[in-house]
Amino acid sequence: MNNRTKPFEHGHFAHCESGVMALMMRHYGLPLSEAMAFGLSGALMFAYLPFVKLGGMPVIAYRALPKAIIKGLRKNLGLKMKMQTFSRPQQGTTALNRLLARGEIVGAQTSVFWLPYFPPEMRFHFNAHNLIIYGRENDEYLISDPVFERPVRCAVSALQKARFVKGVMAPRGLLYYPLKVPETIDYARIIPRIIRKTARKMLKTPVPIAGIRGILALSRKIGKLAGEDRRYAKLFLGHIVRMQEEIGTGGAGFRFIYASFLQEAGLLLNNKTLQETSRMMTAVGDQWREFASLSVRAIRLKKERPLDFTALQKKLADVAHAEAAVYKKLLTLKA
Amino acid sequence: MKESHVPQQNISTYANNKKAIYATDENGKYHLVASTGWEVEEAVTQQALKELERLTDNARRRVLAGEVSPLYFHMYDRRMDLQVLSEATGMSKWRLKRHFKPLIFKRMSHKIRKRYADALGISLDDLGRLPGSGIALDTTKERRE
Repeated sequence: MNNRTKPFEHGHFAHCESGVMALMMRHYGLPLSEAMAFGLSGALMFAYLPFVKLGGMPVIAYRALPKAIIKGLRKNLGLKMKMQTFSRPQQGTTALNRLLARGEIVGAQTSVFWLPYFPPEMRFHFNAHNLIIYGRENDEYLISDPVFERPVRCAVSALQKARFVKGVMAPRGLLYYPLKVPETIDYARIIPRIIRKTARKMLKTPVPIAGIRGILALSRKIGKLAGEDRRYAKLFLGHIVRMQEEIGTGGAGFRFIYASFLQEAGLLLNNKTLQETSRMMTAVGDQWREFASLSVRAIRLKKERPLDFTALQKKLADVAHAEAAVYKKLLTLKA
Repeated sequence: MKESHVPQQNISTYANNKKAIYATDENGKYHLVASTGWEVEEAVTQQALKELERLTDNARRRVLAGEVSPLYFHMYDRRMDLQVLSEATGMSKWRLKRHFKPLIFKRMSHKIRKRYADALGISLDDLGRLPGSGIALDTTKERRE
């Protein structure tokens, strides 16, 4: 699919994957806000995986696995997407160049660390970053990275390195672009269904480390940090806050973007429950931010001062219960 | 969060960039607001950066003391750990640890060296030394097996 008549327009968004999908849909004539892209993908989540370690810290995620937004939208909106990985870096670059020559804008998964346009302060080994390549000039790609304010450029060789880094969530050169985008979406039909599914997932997971139960498991873990090495305990708290704020979540670990989605959906369907749950979710997001503030206050305590893990544990448990109330309310939506 | 409460604290870890935050206006309507950063986020990013720095400094000391090979330093200098470097090179952790031994590192083949240099994104020459130390720790780097 391509759209040569319309020049590609960059946009600045909170999150890479939802930003990429919003930009892509917009380019192909389906106006979709980032919040709608995120909400409609059904990718809101919480998971605390104590046995999967990255950089020595357990995985804590406020959203579903990488690519969940792309795949969720593909399914829920009925998009046709081409998703392609490569075994050899050179093949991946050739394929990308060919698509660009054809006038496509192309989504790609990359490492963050190997992208030279990221400032050193933000370069960590995270392999599931997303961006759009919308052109090439000589040895440079023109890149729309939605978490940056303006379009950026990246050397061809550097992008190849970033696309073919090996390891956890290795991108294997993943490229994706739509083959078919529907012109209209029957929102009244799909929105309640998608939201109810998300709410069910958060409330009724069979595993005790996902959804609300995952938040409570993390809260209990914080209580147990008292018995751990002080430096580790502080790094652990910092790690939670980084996953919640630093990685580009729109604030409060995607809870604000989801509140924004609920609001937009509520306006679209003229639905009071959605409006009300949007306000509830905003309050939950504010609580997550308070938890982050408290955690950082604990991190900053000087040597001898004791850290109050019980207070943090309780705060996070309160957040979990407040968030559960939102999903319970959402389950009253008629599908 | 209200638009007026979106932190604009010009934090160092954004390096003059802005991140987009979702916040509500006076009518409760959501908008994207470009933020120059929140000091809470700055604190945790800096904490993570300092930890990486601590590991790198520690590695540098151990290389200079002759306890470990320069590879150990470069791993941390590239913000990696045993797991990340092992996956990036496709070599087992056990093998990596062996290559942290100075004597075994010196005997490493050109092919293995190249694998490390590629994964770390540094030159073969740099792999064998510490930056800024002026010390070539690896005098056998020209040797090919």
